[in-house]
Amino acid sequence: MKNSIIRLENISKTYGDTKVLNELNLSIKKNEFLTLLGPSGCGKTTTLKIIGGFETPDEGNVYFEEQCINTLPPYKRKLNTVFQKYALFPNMNVFENIAFGLRIKKLPSLEIESCVKDVLNMVNLNGFEKRDISSLSGGQQQRVAIARAIVNKPDVLLLDEPLGALDLKLRKDMQIELKNIQKQLGITFIYVTHDQEEALTMSDTIVVMNNGLVQQIGSPVDIYNEPQNAFVADFIGESIIVDGIMHEDFVVEFIGHKFECLDKGFDKMEAVDVVIRPEDVKIVEKDAGKFNVVIDSVTFKGVHYEMVAHTDNVCDTKWLIHSTQKAVEGSTVGINLEPNDIHIMKKLSAEVGDSYEEK
Amino acid sequence: MKKNKSFCAYPYYVWMITFIVIPLLLVLWYALFKSENDSIVFTTEYIKRFFEPIYIQVFLRSIVLAVISTAICLVIGYPLAYILAGKTFKHKNMLMFLVIVPMWMNFLLRTYAWLTILEKNGILNQILRFLNLPTQNILYTNYAVILGMVYNYLPFMVLPLYTVLSKMDINLINAAEDLGANKLTVFKKVVFPLSLPGVVSGITMTFMPAVTTFVISKLLGGGQTTLIGDLIENQFKVANDWNFGSALSLILMVIILLSMRVMTKYEQENEGGGLF
Ligand SMILES: Nc1ncnc2c1ncn2[C@@H]1O[C@H](COP(=O)(O)OP(=O)(O)OP(=O)(O)O)[C@@H](O)[C@H]1O
Ligand SMILES: [Mg+2]
Repeated sequence: MKNSIIRLENISKTYGDTKVLNELNLSIKKNEFLTLLGPSGCGKTTTLKIIGGFETPDEGNVYFEEQCINTLPPYKRKLNTVFQKYALFPNMNVFENIAFGLRIKKLPSLEIESCVKDVLNMVNLNGFEKRDISSLSGGQQQRVAIARAIVNKPDVLLLDEPLGALDLKLRKDMQIELKNIQKQLGITFIYVTHDQEEALTMSDTIVVMNNGLVQQIGSPVDIYNEPQNAFVADFIGESIIVDGIMHEDFVVEFIGHKFECLDKGFDKMEAVDVVIRPEDVKIVEKDAGKFNVVIDSVTFKGVHYEMVAHTDNVCDTKWLIHSTQKAVEGSTVGINLEPNDIHIMKKLSAEVGDSYEEK
Repeated sequence: MKKNKSFCAYPYYVWMITFIVIPLLLVLWYALFKSENDSIVFTTEYIKRFFEPIYIQVFLRSIVLAVISTAICLVIGYPLAYILAGKTFKHKNMLMFLVIVPMWMNFLLRTYAWLTILEKNGILNQILRFLNLPTQNILYTNYAVILGMVYNYLPFMVLPLYTVLSKMDINLINAAEDLGANKLTVFKKVVFPLSLPGVVSGITMTFMPAVTTFVISKLLGGGQTTLIGDLIENQFKVANDWNFGSALSLILMVIILLSMRVMTKYEQENEGGGLF
């Protein structure tokens, strides 16, 4: 908590009847790249707006370097925002848009010019200075919005889906570019995305949110390998989620078989969610594995084959399998699972569970 | 499809020809031709007469009064529209209602009402007397005319301004504040420039009726202040000089069209949708 640059404490926000944020606690360290990840409408933008000062929380406090900034107006906060809807000034050209913050700081015009040139170079828009905002494509506007924020070299940069309008290649380039900028300038990034791959590749810390509740906070590796509940598991990468029963420590039963696993500390015979990553499923000869499945479909996905299968016993469950090994459609194969491929999770609480079902 | 559409437009053509094109041609005709010894000859006599000092004076007075009233309308109307467009303002509907309600009343009636307020023994002076303040003789002065113009045309200023201001993207204001601009800078650099189309239509919609009015100057100016509108009306109704009346109308029209052209050009440079 000591070296946090921004800290949210028990933030709640309600619009009308919907509780958009529910007792949100979050601490962001200096120079950290923190990503808010979650489905549409889960409150990511609202969180950023509260940090930026454009919305006031109903309850809770926002701290900047351990100073409560609840009542500080946005223009006094030492941070800049890349808005989800770009919010570029239509009455100014690209240059003036980017220079806006610098002009307010009353920088000499020569310096402004060189700063603007530099950031335009960073976002790949050399020579766009004189262009009208309305003449730019969505992706170009988005990059101007990024440039307008980073040119001020703020302590904290809030980015609300800043790469949403870019094509895959440009998006990858910009991801690297943003990451470089963040390291070079030592800026703390609070980044919003609903693209889990983007979150995994760029972040130091990921905050998975759903319905205004934090589901899990952790490093990309933790979040991917040790999802805390079925929602996180399902949202981060694809997963197979089946109902299971924990017999005792290290022993779980699902689809009618007992498996060895690495989890403990559950009640005896507690109902749990069992999460398995499709790439961890190992295909073997029929009857050579723990159980058999029938392959329903096979799709080539570039690097691997994606197969959908179902178990042939009473508890009919769907299995998603990623494998470089191809099986024949309609054939029966055996499946093996190692203990560390099986992730046991507590059943979701009713609140989170409801929304999860809706999805 | 196309044929169908142009067919639907016929009634409008008929309307336009009867009520716009024919009267305009008549004006042109009377302004530029006169009958002499049973023959009709082209003449610039009537147009030239406009440039006599006495008429130029009337014209300038009209312009000055209209400019002053338009400026006052802008100064009063902008803050009003700004308050009305504010999302958090509580009595918004009430205030909006007050702005619009006079427009439901007859124009003449509204102006007559001011007579009873401004009269020597009118409501205003009664109040002043009651407060032991010196009475004012505003009626039949330029002030009364300006007051009448501001009163009558203020809604035409407020409504277009209200429209642009209430459509303004809150994200733009947030973005400006995010970049360090305080409320005043946000207004100067973002809100006001973006509301210019509304300012331009507001000015056009107040200035045009103000410069051509004759009712207001007649009732509240009491004939003391002749405006170009009165002059034109007089040519037709009193002096029975249709030719000169038409010439005056023509000149006024040309001047208005020219100034509108300038306005529109200015507006295009600043982008955005306005009245024209
Ligand atoms: N001004 C507002 N008035 C009423 N409801 C609002 C307002 N702003 C946001 N909401 C609601 O709050 C919820 C969260 O909105 P928010 O914009 O934070 O979502 P998000 O996580 O950014 O979603 P997305 O990924 O689609 O941008 C949504 O259900 C939205 O409808
Ligand atoms: Mg959002």
